[in-house]
Amino acid sequence: MTIATSASPTAGQAGGKTQIKPYTMNFGPQHPAAHGVLRLVMELNGEVVERCDPHIGLLHRGTEKLIEYKTYLQAVPYFDRLDYVSPMCMEHAYVLAIENLLKIKAPIRAQYIRVMFSEITRILNHILSITTGALDVGAITPALWGFEEREILMEFYERVSGSRLHANYFRPGGVAWDLPPGLTDDIWAFTESFPKFIDDIDNLLTDNRIFKQRTVDIGIVTKEEAFDWGFTGPMLRGSNVAWDLRKSQPYEVYGELDFDVPVGLTGDCWARYLVRMEEMRQSLRIIRQCIEKLPDGPVRVQDRKVVPPPRGEMKRSMEALIHHFKLFTEGFHVPAGETYTAIEAPKGEFGVYLVADGTNKPYRCKIRAPGFPHLQGLDFMSKGHMLADAVANIASMDIVFGEIDR
Amino acid sequence: MSEQALKELGDHIAGALGDDVLNVEVALGELMITVRRPSIIKALTFLRDDTRCSFEQLIDITAVDWPEREERFEVVYNLLSYKHNQRIRLKLGTDEDTPVPSCVPVYSAANWFERETWDLFGVFFSDHPDLRRILTDYGFEGHPFRKDFPLTGYVEVRYDEDQKRVVYEPVRLTQDFRTFDFLSPWEGMTDVMLPGDEKAQAPDTGSKS
Repeated sequence: MTIATSASPTAGQAGGKTQIKPYTMNFGPQHPAAHGVLRLVMELNGEVVERCDPHIGLLHRGTEKLIEYKTYLQAVPYFDRLDYVSPMCMEHAYVLAIENLLKIKAPIRAQYIRVMFSEITRILNHILSITTGALDVGAITPALWGFEEREILMEFYERVSGSRLHANYFRPGGVAWDLPPGLTDDIWAFTESFPKFIDDIDNLLTDNRIFKQRTVDIGIVTKEEAFDWGFTGPMLRGSNVAWDLRKSQPYEVYGELDFDVPVGLTGDCWARYLVRMEEMRQSLRIIRQCIEKLPDGPVRVQDRKVVPPPRGEMKRSMEALIHHFKLFTEGFHVPAGETYTAIEAPKGEFGVYLVADGTNKPYRCKIRAPGFPHLQGLDFMSKGHMLADAVANIASMDIVFGEIDR
Repeated sequence: MSEQALKELGDHIAGALGDDVLNVEVALGELMITVRRPSIIKALTFLRDDTRCSFEQLIDITAVDWPEREERFEVVYNLLSYKHNQRIRLKLGTDEDTPVPSCVPVYSAANWFERETWDLFGVFFSDHPDLRRILTDYGFEGHPFRKDFPLTGYVEVRYDEDQKRVVYEPVRLTQDFRTFDFLSPWEGMTDVMLPGDEKAQAPDTGSKS
């Protein structure tokens, strides 16, 4: 487990007993259990963590600054690259923020498609989170099985957007294209086969003695602590707070869909694992409802000042050609204003604070990533636990550095 | 929440905090309150503890750089109340030299958010327990998210095979940094009045013709 010791343990003789002085250990930045490039400077007393100082920023790319130099449409792909485990949810927040400023609303079909893919993304994220979390505490099989299922989901991504990961599918005013024929049938087939996978993972992990030894009563977060430290998403629901932005501040068509919000009672790593497991089942319910209710109609707003005309029209109509040219060079203008728009991303509340100054580029775009405050809480969560439990805590936080370092 | 409810909440806060509140605004269904810089701790404590507000959680702290303003930085606090399911945005102004009181004693989550704002904008937070850089490199100079900081930065790094270590060098662009000004003089995509546009809207006086 140890990577490098910056100061070797100095053992001195005191009264005939060997006394181990606390020592500092460097964890990461290249370590499989760090879920990316996390460097932890830990003060250990024996094997007990006394202080843990995460050093982040090794993946800092200045996304927010780059966005200021791009038009609104050009900035969408940056959001795929934030939390690269759940790309479409990131796009969702940004696209909703722009629509909020433009005071437009996507057509109802586009909203259903977005919600459906947000939930596919949630499953995509939770599979990775649960299985790699299990890998960190010693279970290899779930990761092997999970990545197979993720591949099926990424195939849906590919079919709808053309790429497995960086989809760039949600656009201001709707989605890029309509669903290809037959996709909903395959997604439906997936919702029929996937519960079997969840049950398998359930059998492997939930009552597994080793898994429970490593997660139960580890990293307990009380309700008050979760509020104080800015925890959201499963980190908050694991501490028995029934809060889900999809329910409490419904965006898109979530208000019309029927699903439950699972909460954990104990606030430890095991509770958060159980919350994520149940969320996958609920996501399946939402996906099914979306497929059932999916209406016909356009998938983008018809306002040509925001959304480019279809290719065929562009070949015949001068007006359409001008709109197309203007949209992909100058881009659309967003009226001056500011908004904080948040969505329930798989990891928690993902928000975009967008300041527009009336031009074609955002004046400031602050990305509120859920992982950032979560990782901040690692210090108090790991204090007094063993070194190996800090790893279990990192896993249960669902850390992805793309969004933390931005 | 409806605009009306937000207005009432804004009035309630403005009434309780008195002179500390400079401006209350409701736009796009979001409540924004500008407060005086020294009273931010008082305002946040009130917002957290008052039963009608009870904003239990600090969601985000960030800054916006407006170089042309006298107080160039606008520090923005986003809060969320679980009890009442409402959000609020607090703002205050500051410049490069004036410190903002740190709100870590009120919300523990503020620690990293303030470090980030210090790192990227150079807004100084007084009495912060641990105001180090957080996102930029060790030994980084400058505050990259300021509007006068170039997008390319000042230094670039590469691994030097001779010295067997990473070296920092002034940034050298192999091609010019391209910023295209697509804001066309036509203003075709905006509703800007061009010379002659007023004729379309002018009331028919019937004096010429």
